Order: sequence, then structure tokens, then C-alpha cells
Amino acid sequence: MTTSDAAAAPHSELVVMCRGLRKVYHDVVAVDSATFNVARGEIFGLLGPNGAGKTTTVECLQGLRKADGGEARILGLDPQRQSGELRPRIGSQLQQSALPDHIKVWEALDLFASLTPGGRDWRVVLEEWGLGAKRKAAFYSLSGGQKQRLFVALALVNEPELVFLDEMTTGLDPAARRDAWDLIREMRERGATVVLVTHFMEEAERLCDRVAIVDRGRVVATGAPQALMAEHAGGVHVAFTTDVADVDWLTAVPHAGSVVRHGPRVEVEGDGPVLAHVAAALLAHGIEPHDLHLELPTLEDVFLQVTGHSMRDEPEPAQRARRLSLG
Amino acid sequence: MRTLAKMVWLEIKLFAREPITLIFTLALPLLILMVLGGIFRGHPIQSGRYVGIRTMNYYLPGYVGLVLASIGTISLPVHLAGYRERGILRRFRASGMKEWAMLASQTLVSIAIAIVGSLLLFALGAGAYNVHAPVSFGDVAVVFVISAFCFSSLGVLLASVMPTARAAQAVGLLVWFVMMFLSGTDGPLDLLPSGLLSVGKVLPLYHVVIPMVDAWNGFGINVTQVLTVAAIGLIATVITLRVFRWE
Repeated sequence: MTTSDAAAAPHSELVVMCRGLRKVYHDVVAVDSATFNVARGEIFGLLGPNGAGKTTTVECLQGLRKADGGEARILGLDPQRQSGELRPRIGSQLQQSALPDHIKVWEALDLFASLTPGGRDWRVVLEEWGLGAKRKAAFYSLSGGQKQRLFVALALVNEPELVFLDEMTTGLDPAARRDAWDLIREMRERGATVVLVTHFMEEAERLCDRVAIVDRGRVVATGAPQALMAEHAGGVHVAFTTDVADVDWLTAVPHAGSVVRHGPRVEVEGDGPVLAHVAAALLAHGIEPHDLHLELPTLEDVFLQVTGHSMRDEPEPAQRARRLSLG
Repeated sequence: MRTLAKMVWLEIKLFAREPITLIFTLALPLLILMVLGGIFRGHPIQSGRYVGIRTMNYYLPGYVGLVLASIGTISLPVHLAGYRERGILRRFRASGMKEWAMLASQTLVSIAIAIVGSLLLFALGAGAYNVHAPVSFGDVAVVFVISAFCFSSLGVLLASVMPTARAAQAVGLLVWFVMMFLSGTDGPLDLLPSGLLSVGKVLPLYHVVIPMVDAWNGFGINVTQVLTVAAIGLIATVITLRVFRWE
């Protein structure tokens, strides 16, 4: 844990309280003392590589799996012992789930709406999520994006206070992914709190108010994406290309740190207003690059800093075994 | 209850939209009926409890039992295990579907399909082999419902312990064929060696066939056998509630 306020509520009411959650499969620790909170109205991301234990964590929080240790309260309820009370109040979009091939869109919504009496009129939800034209289409005939929208509609038909979205955009093409992001923002605007499981750094950066970075079953950092980047990812980088051989004098520019050169590409590490100072210095030396730009740190850099390895690294052999067992 | 009703109706519609499995399940007993009908024609049974009854009036009610058995041991487990394998059960559960509603809907759908199968069977029997209608509809209905409950419970139990739809199908088919040969639905039980006959007696279909034949031919309700069938169903249900897995 590298962020001190991880266990504290950032504001107002807690809808998810997860403290020291632990889950072991045989002798492999899938989730190792995960601790984080989610406040009402947040979009909260669980971010990490495949097999990090994110799905297991949210499955425990939804009462779909029994944790081996720790404590969880969802909307003030115990997800294991009070699942009957909890289910109608949460919405769930699961990884690796399906509907019968020949069920029609309206039939699925009608059935799921009946599971929570007093929810919304499914006909309205159907229209809201753009499924009106596909009302009578069979599940198997839907495109990936349409299936995703149907699952979202099913997760929201009971008007949940809290929605769990597990790898919602995996397998979608970039355009459909952007649509899905809009859907998620829309959910929040309608008043739901969203817990988003993802391995896409960009998705977490764009959508989440706060994220918990998960690696090998552990929550290694928690906080707002901007705050994490400021805290862990060091400074910004100014990059450009030039034919001029000697640019080492750039290290003397105010706010600049190290200078790295890869062929014609030059990267200056720095902080604050470093871009303006580098630009001025380049002009003063008669260099006018066309591609001078600022590279901001990303959550990827945070991940690298905090864990010491890249998100895309192949896991260690032991980790790989766990990855397989987790599916 | 509203969910249960929707679920039952939905499952019936789903079956109708993908009738291949249904046709297979319902056609097998019809085919066997035709084969045996071709062999025995209208000969009366020569000895034993049912002496004097025309052979096809003995076999047809037995085949009603066979229809119930094929739905319970083959179609239901394959269907339910397939749901689990594909994450459909997981999806239902996460949205708050209750276990009893899921299992009850499967049982009710099985009974509905079995009624259709039995009517088809009777139509063929009456049309081609002059099989008479049940002497007592009431008795047949009682035996039918209890037997359907028994086989559905066994089917759900099988689905609960089988890891995949394929495994469920293999085991289900095996159980079904063994039951068919050893329960009096595929040739007279008198011809079975005593060892095989005692195996037959522990199989549920044996205990379904006897009261079904009795009820159909006006022998009344065979209470011992019907209670045995009900007990098997109850035991299977109790075990199922302990071992049922959503995923």
C-alpha cells in the first residue's frame, strides 16, 4: 500500500468497504489482503494485468464467491450472508457469461426485470440503451457491441445503486469501446456508483475518479489517476527529433533533468513549465523541430514505478500457473 | 412465482425454436415402439401378471415411462449442464435468480415436454397398433406426475454433478439404455437372467413401468411402486440441493 488514504473514505457515504480481503485457490493466493473503499457516485477502477485477481475480488464483493479472509460490506450488507437483500440493489455485468442462444432481447429484459419487482420498466431501459430496433433479435445474432449493451441493460434494469462491470470493453473494437465508455458515464449520471474492472490503462485514466492498482493479488496503490501519476510517475517528458548531434546543453535548461537520445529522437525529462524553457533554449540554439511535444505520465508509468515491472510483462512461472487456474 | 412462470414459458419457447434435441429425445421412444410393434403386433401376453392383455397395451404405457426417463436423464442434464458451462447460470444467479426457481422451472418444463411426447406416443400406438386409451385417466395422471418429478429430480442431480454438457450426455445416454433393457420396456422381464433382473429392480424406470402399465390397464394405482418412485425423487432432490453448483 503506497497511498495513505486508501482505507479512508474520500467523501460522503461508502458503498463498498473492502478490508483485507483474501481468497486462496488450492495453494495459490488469488487475492491477498485487498483493501479499498468506494464512495457513492464514484466511478472506481480495479486496474491490473490479466490474472491479477481483479475478477475474483469483485466476485467476492458480489457474494458470488466466498472470501477466505477479510471483511467486505456492500451497501452496508455482508455479500455472503445477506446476498438475498443485496442482489436486488446491485447490477452486474460479468466476464464469461452468456444467455441462451435463442432468447430474444425483450425476453431477456422481461425475465431479468421480473427478478427484482419494483425496478424500472424494461421497455424504457430497452430504448435507453439503443436496443429498440433489436427488440426481437435472438441473442446469438447480436454483434459484440450489441451483446455488451444488452448485458449493461440487464445489469441496470433493477435500477441498482451500485454496478459492477468486469472487463466490459474487452473484445470490442475501438469505436465500440468509446461507445461503452459513454454508456458508463451515462450510468453514473443516472445516479449509479460504478466499480469497473479493467486491464486497459487508458480506460481507467479516462473514466475513473479513483483506481486501485492490483498486481499479483495485491492492491499496490489507490488514488485518483492524476494524483497517482503525480506521486509515482515522476515528471513529464519533452520529446522532439533533430539532426543536431550535441544537445547535452539541454540539461542546463531550467526545470529539465536528464536528456536521453535514441537516434534523432531526444527526450528531456523535467517538471512544471519545462516545455516552454526547452522551446526557448532550442530556438536560441537555432533548432526549430516540427514535432516538439509534451508527454504526460500515464498509469502505465505508475504501474511500472510501483510494481517494478511492466503491465505487459509475462508473468513469472508461478504467476503463470495462477493465471491459468484463474482462467 | 412470476419469475418461475416466465422462466417456464421462456424455456418452452426456446425448445420450440431449437427443436433438434427435442426431436431426438421424443423420436427414440417412437422408433422403439414401431420396432416392437412390428414384432409383437396384437399378440396377447401368455402368462404372468398381465396375462391376456395385448402386448402393445403393455408396452405403450411402459414407453410413456421411457419418454419421462429420456427427458430426465438425457435432455434435462444436457440442457442444464450446458447452461452452466456457458455461464448462463452464472448470469442468472448474479441477477438474483433463486435456486428453487431455476430447478423448479426445469422440472415443470420437463413435465410439459413429457406430456407432448406421451401424446405423440399414444397417437402412434392408437393409430398403428390399436392401443386403447388408459382405463383410468386419473390413475395414469397420478403415476405420470410422480414419475416425471422423479426423473426430473434425477436429471437435475445428474446435471449438478456432471462437469460439462458432453459428460452429461454420455452418462445420461448410458443410464437411459441400461434402464431401457432392464426395466421391462424392451422385451419381457421374464427373459432376463436373475442377476440382470435384480439390477433392473434398483433402477427407477423399473418402478415407473409397473404402476404405469397397471394404471393404463385398469389395475389401479400400485401404491408400493408409486411410493418407491416418489422416494427416489425426494432423495435426489435433497442431494441436489446440497450439490447443485451455479458454475
